[in-house]
Amino acid sequence: MLKFLLRRFANYLVLVALATTMGYFLAATSLNARANYEGRNPRPSQTSIDAKLNELNLNNHTPVVKRFTRWAGDFVRGDMGKTFDERPVWGEMKQRMGVSLRLLLLGSLFGAALGVAMGVIGAVKQYSFTDHFTTAWAFVLLSTPVFLLAVLLKFGAVKYWNAHVPDSVHLYYVGEKNPGLTGTSFVLLRDRIAHLILPTLGIVLGQVAFYSRYQRNSFLDVMGSDFLRTAQAKGLRRRTALIKHGLRTALIPMATFFAYSFGLLLTGATFTEKIFGWHGMGEWFIDSIAKNDINVVAAVIVFSAVLILIAGLIADLLYAALDPRVRIR
Amino acid sequence: MTLDLPAETPTGRVVPGTPGAVLEVRGLTVSFPSESGTVTAVRGVSFALSPGEVLGIVGESGSGKSVSSLAVMGLLPSTARISGSIRFQGKELLGLGDREFSELRGEGMSMVFQDPLSALTPVYTVGDQIAEAVRIHRDVGKDEAKRKAVELLELVGIPNAKERSRAFPHEFSGGMRQRVMIAMAIANDPDVIIADEPTTALDVTVQAQILEVLGTAQEATGAAIVMITHDLGVIAGFADRVMVMYAGRPVETGTVDDIFYRPRMPYTLGLLGSLPRLDRAERQPLTPVDGNPPSLVDLPPGCPFAPRCPMRLSVCLELEPDLDPVRSGDTPGPGLHPGHRAACHRHREIEEQGLTATDVFPAQLAGEPPVARRPRESRTAVLDVEGLVRRFPLTRGAVFRRTVGTVHAVDGITFDIREGETLALVGESGCGKTTTINEILTLARPQEGRVAVLGRETTGLDRGGRREIRRDLSVVFQDPMASLDPRLPVADILAEGLKTYGVPREKRAARVRELLRLVGLGPEHASRYPAEFSGGQRQRICIARALALEPKLVVLDEPVSALDVSIRAGVINLLEQLREKLSLSYLFVAHDLSVVRHIANRVAVMYLGRIVEIGDVNKVFETPAHPYTQALLSAIPLPDPRKERERRRVVLEGDLPSPADPPSGCRFRTRCPLFATLAPDKAQRCIDEEPAVASQGPDHGAACHYAEVKTVL
Repeated sequence: MLKFLLRRFANYLVLVALATTMGYFLAATSLNARANYEGRNPRPSQTSIDAKLNELNLNNHTPVVKRFTRWAGDFVRGDMGKTFDERPVWGEMKQRMGVSLRLLLLGSLFGAALGVAMGVIGAVKQYSFTDHFTTAWAFVLLSTPVFLLAVLLKFGAVKYWNAHVPDSVHLYYVGEKNPGLTGTSFVLLRDRIAHLILPTLGIVLGQVAFYSRYQRNSFLDVMGSDFLRTAQAKGLRRRTALIKHGLRTALIPMATFFAYSFGLLLTGATFTEKIFGWHGMGEWFIDSIAKNDINVVAAVIVFSAVLILIAGLIADLLYAALDPRVRIR
Repeated sequence: MTLDLPAETPTGRVVPGTPGAVLEVRGLTVSFPSESGTVTAVRGVSFALSPGEVLGIVGESGSGKSVSSLAVMGLLPSTARISGSIRFQGKELLGLGDREFSELRGEGMSMVFQDPLSALTPVYTVGDQIAEAVRIHRDVGKDEAKRKAVELLELVGIPNAKERSRAFPHEFSGGMRQRVMIAMAIANDPDVIIADEPTTALDVTVQAQILEVLGTAQEATGAAIVMITHDLGVIAGFADRVMVMYAGRPVETGTVDDIFYRPRMPYTLGLLGSLPRLDRAERQPLTPVDGNPPSLVDLPPGCPFAPRCPMRLSVCLELEPDLDPVRSGDTPGPGLHPGHRAACHRHREIEEQGLTATDVFPAQLAGEPPVARRPRESRTAVLDVEGLVRRFPLTRGAVFRRTVGTVHAVDGITFDIREGETLALVGESGCGKTTTINEILTLARPQEGRVAVLGRETTGLDRGGRREIRRDLSVVFQDPMASLDPRLPVADILAEGLKTYGVPREKRAARVRELLRLVGLGPEHASRYPAEFSGGQRQRICIARALALEPKLVVLDEPVSALDVSIRAGVINLLEQLREKLSLSYLFVAHDLSVVRHIANRVAVMYLGRIVEIGDVNKVFETPAHPYTQALLSAIPLPDPRKERERRRVVLEGDLPSPADPPSGCRFRTRCPLFATLAPDKAQRCIDEEPAVASQGPDHGAACHYAEVKTVL
């Protein structure tokens, strides 16, 4: 099994290298950093622009292959280059990864767990009121764009929760924490949670809607299966049989799905980050494209590729843990 | 006239229980809501089971046999409406909640399901699954339960039980999984075991093993068994009493001898008459039962079998007959053995005149095509296969594929088919039958050996040459549902081949009508879609399609095994008539040897990619010389209780070895009962030397070093 995983890891590494290379070429050829300087007022001299661009490895007059070799060489040595405003990319990336992780970890976990639970309930009580109710809401949420949902949440928090439920936690909708706040760690934690609730809700709702649909289908497949009937024929009660024999089998097709969607969420939560003012990876990606900041775009591409690698490995591990049929001896 | 028969009242009113019965079902009715209306799947089933007794329930798909058994186990979906009475050891089960019912399931009553592949949870080891069954009902520790699981696995004949108990279901063969199912069913020493088609998904030699294991299980537990099956042969040797079901009702019940030797309900007669017999040399006419079982939604009044019954009277269409005692001497009433009963208005006539299947149903027996009257040697060969080899590489790795082994699917087989004759290729799954016909049908150069169709070698054929030959070679597949495009009307399906070969439109339409008539369908069927037909009719469409271009050779790949028994006979008769009328030759691939004996002139028995015995069908069946053929024939249950009781089976040990790693020398030696008795010096020859097919007389050859004729039927 370990050998298999190592081989898979090697495969994924090749993929990461390929994805990164292609991503860099795309970014380096389509983004024009020179325009940022040329558009300045007063316009800097051609030589100083070139000097600056050369220093940052952004000069579009240098052949792209040459720029890539320099970037890749630096990358291998652990240097991801500098941002447009001349700060090290890695330093900012560390910070932003932390932000994204804090924002998305809870949301994803809750989203997955609740989604599975709702899917199972929907399947077990197929065509009941509960099922129709959850199905309807899942489709409403699935068809609501994230930005609309986020704005609605903000609106709800300001207009109703904060205004009418004054004794409870005040919900914030901008940023991670109140910058000036001091106090015990409990106070600080409470403040962070108050900031986290709304964006987390935004993520959870979307994820629950999504997962519950898949889980419902996968559980419906399992519910009609013969082995559940066997389990009941042995004397297990229906509920026990469903949980013990059904759930694990129904989770197998979901494992890959979980792993990859979490990986993608880390870079894909752009709207949530933007709207709630969290300075995470998704926001950075969009901003850096707008700023023609090739080094940052390349860094985010590396980041997503590595996430896919990790997600792939986790998916393999989860799959093998859940399904003995794919285990290799 | 049956008011004195409370046991048969479909109303389920309360009647005193039968003393001594371990399980008693009275007036069981089950219905399901569906989009087209209420489906009444079971319409008044009653039976009583005494301890240790085996009751066989026979019926075709949709007869309600499985639904009844699931109702008894309380495993029907919650949408089912159940009425009547089900008593287990005097305790009423109907209306019990899931909790109370689950205490009984697996403890007092247990069940063996049909498909052992899907009936075991794929993610737990078999040992754990059996141990779970023990622990649900017994207060024992984990280790104790595991020990018990290993004991049970030993009892059902799994070698290295301790080690194998840690394996997952996918690491077991079908037969092994079914043993696990049985082990699970007897884990808590139940009083009743319900076996729902326990051997249907298995090969015949494995079926024989499993029936033996079920017998062992019954001895070990003393349980009564309800054996549900569509295979009358399985019932004949196993059951004490039989209940025949049709359209949700029992139509005939009685002892196994009553049902098989003195059937008194036309449906039972037809069912028994439609079975080709393995043990009869002279070909018997088969009695097809025309039509299809009725839809269980809004069943019209009258006998549900009446529309298909040649004996129907006007009363049959108005009044549904009750299940009456056949002989007036038999006392009616709720006894444990209520004697022989039949639900037919005319059962007394059948009884008095001793009518048989051929008296009631129009029996047909097609003759041989004119060309077959010439001696075989003087006829030309339509198919000639010599030393055909097909190996598949076993590869591993997604990016860098490497070969890690070779599957010897077909390993040097030789046979020919002459004009107007039927050769049957028989063997269990994995023996290479399907690969053989695929190799023939691709018309490409074989890996080794040669294939000649109508005298033309496939090696060196170009596209045009293959196209020409394809006209003369056609195929009918096993599953008529999957092999017809659901989006094409029948006329288009039949005309497709004609179009490909450039037949003009006007002629196509005429040919389509002709084809439909040929296979017993009407011109009005041309515009309908496959979904509007029943399984038997669909297979007729497939046959019509195969005949469209007037082929000389038709490859029939298990053409009747997906069909219900009563439908099967009609399709077999049709195939025989067509052969006579159109002078066709058939390559008939099948695992059902009874059908083969009926339809084939010659037979080739395959085992692990080799032909082990070949020759005239009567010679091979009457005087089989290869131990595998003998075992195969002996494994097949005969629909004849007396013969079954006297028969001693050659039960093969173990499963088919992997074709990726066949045994050295004779491939059958690992399971060969003869090899096991040989002296070491003689046995060495089987290990070292692969036997070739050697003549056992005119048109009979067997590939065994120590071939010895042995009658097993």
